Amino acid sequence: MIKSYEFRRGQSSLFLVLCALCAALCIAVLLYMVGYVFVQGASYINFDFFVQTPRPLGESGGGAANSLVGTLVMVGIASLIGIPVGLGCGILVSEYAGPRLGGAVRFLADVLSGVPSIVVGIFVFELIVVRQGHFSALAGAVALAVIMLPIVARASEEMLKLVPVSQREAALALGIPRWRTVASVVLPAAMSGLVTGALLAIARASGETAPLLFTALGNRFMTTDINQPMDSLPLHIYRYAIGPYDQWHQEAWASAFFLIMIVLVVNVCARLLATRLRGGMG
Amino acid sequence: MNLKLVATDTVARRAGSLPIGDWLFRGVVYGSGLALLAVMVAMVYELADGARPSFAKFGFGFLTGTTWDPVKEVFGALPLVYGTIVSSIVGLVIAVPISIGTAIFLSDLAPAWLRRPASYLIEIIAAIPSVILGLWGLFVLVPIVRDPIQKLLGDNLGFIPLFEGPRFGLGVLSAGIILAIMVVPIITAVSRDIFLAVPNSQREAMIALGATRWEVISQAVIPYARSGLIGAGILGFGRAIGETMAVTMVIGNGFKISPSLFEPSHTIASAIASEFSEATYDLYIAALVEAGLVLMAISLIINILARVLVGTLVRVPATVRE
Repeated sequence: MIKSYEFRRGQSSLFLVLCALCAALCIAVLLYMVGYVFVQGASYINFDFFVQTPRPLGESGGGAANSLVGTLVMVGIASLIGIPVGLGCGILVSEYAGPRLGGAVRFLADVLSGVPSIVVGIFVFELIVVRQGHFSALAGAVALAVIMLPIVARASEEMLKLVPVSQREAALALGIPRWRTVASVVLPAAMSGLVTGALLAIARASGETAPLLFTALGNRFMTTDINQPMDSLPLHIYRYAIGPYDQWHQEAWASAFFLIMIVLVVNVCARLLATRLRGGMG
Repeated sequence: MNLKLVATDTVARRAGSLPIGDWLFRGVVYGSGLALLAVMVAMVYELADGARPSFAKFGFGFLTGTTWDPVKEVFGALPLVYGTIVSSIVGLVIAVPISIGTAIFLSDLAPAWLRRPASYLIEIIAAIPSVILGLWGLFVLVPIVRDPIQKLLGDNLGFIPLFEGPRFGLGVLSAGIILAIMVVPIITAVSRDIFLAVPNSQREAMIALGATRWEVISQAVIPYARSGLIGAGILGFGRAIGETMAVTMVIGNGFKISPSLFEPSHTIASAIASEFSEATYDLYIAALVEAGLVLMAISLIINILARVLVGTLVRVPATVRE
């Protein structure tokens, strides 16, 4: 049976509208979710949130200063480990390795980024916590570094490959050693892209909970000792969200508000930088 | 390009003139690659080592055992594996059609000015921390699932085993919906790139035959992209099975194998997350570590499979987390 033209045209419009509705639904869910966190969180957040530690149940007030400091400390240490090693892997694939080794390293990075974050948590638990015999912020930072490593590696490789070969050739033709070419010509040319990769990794690490559950463990008190259990914003949110008290839930919303702000701001900055890089190099 | 540059290196090295700086820099860069390898190897080793007591006691029965009872010291992971797979399938059933529709919109339908911002907004979903999705799921989604979704499904389709049982909200269905939200960005991003990689000549040939816009998409674009789309779906599946926090917060904690989507359940990841702190004896910890090993094995296989299928067509953008 041959379908009439009207039928086909109607069918076409129907499906095209459905596709547009799918896209609209995705964006609507995003806006609803982020909007809900903003509205809830904004009504509970206050100055105490940033400067106080949690109070015992029943007392009003208190904040999440210990979680904020914990997130800063652990993400900071994780960045010191994860970003240089990731960048090294990116340089290896884009500048040094031949196709076979490059493919292998890239494959490893892809595989590592596919490992569930909870598995990374168990890995670091077995590697550090069991050996040391206690939970520590250091273990948490190592777990976050493992999460960051493949993100930085993949992003920096892609960004380095955007630098035109002619720039490398020009430098080498001037007799500049290979390493100086990479360090003084290629890396600066790709700098905004590399920063993008690092920022995305930091944003991701700041929001991770699962790798910290049994490495950093969480802590109700303020600490900066990296050999002690330490709190982080996501851990704080998790603990308070599944708790039974309304007051806890309100504090969870406040923390979620602040965390989502950090993550979104860092993400947007990262993308703006990336756009500038692509725009600048056509 | 790299070949040529590698060749200059080889020439310099043969001549014995590779500067000391080059040696150092090379060492650092290759060392980073080795560190990456070391992390992977150490991860497999530590998990296997930690799981040994459990493996010694239960052997392969760990995978087929249907009882997970820490009080009696019996650990069978089948309920967890089952919960993982069922909740991920629910997530995919919801996410795949929506993602593909969205991807078609982004690649073929949307006006040019809208494509970048819309793609960007959808990728932002992937940037939201899992624990925040869980928080939202627990306090916003679960009540919606309880009433009206479970009420409508249970009242009208309750004769199907899928929709029987308690209507708490917390359970496999809620977990599936949260997972759907979490995998939409990755499936959409990969599918969109695959659609963009379909040569325009395919579309033009279809248009020349007098096809409508939908016929172009359904008969030229989608068949051309099929293996890549399957790969995108499997990639989403790989992401869904490893998802931890959000699922832990809405799945309701249960160790029964039940056909009902309304029952509380556990995935491997959620069981580890919620039980680890209560694991008071060594065998209990070992069983959880072994569950983690199983989870890692499943997700590695799925990820590799997906990458083979997505293949050289496109690469998962680094900006979309998995």
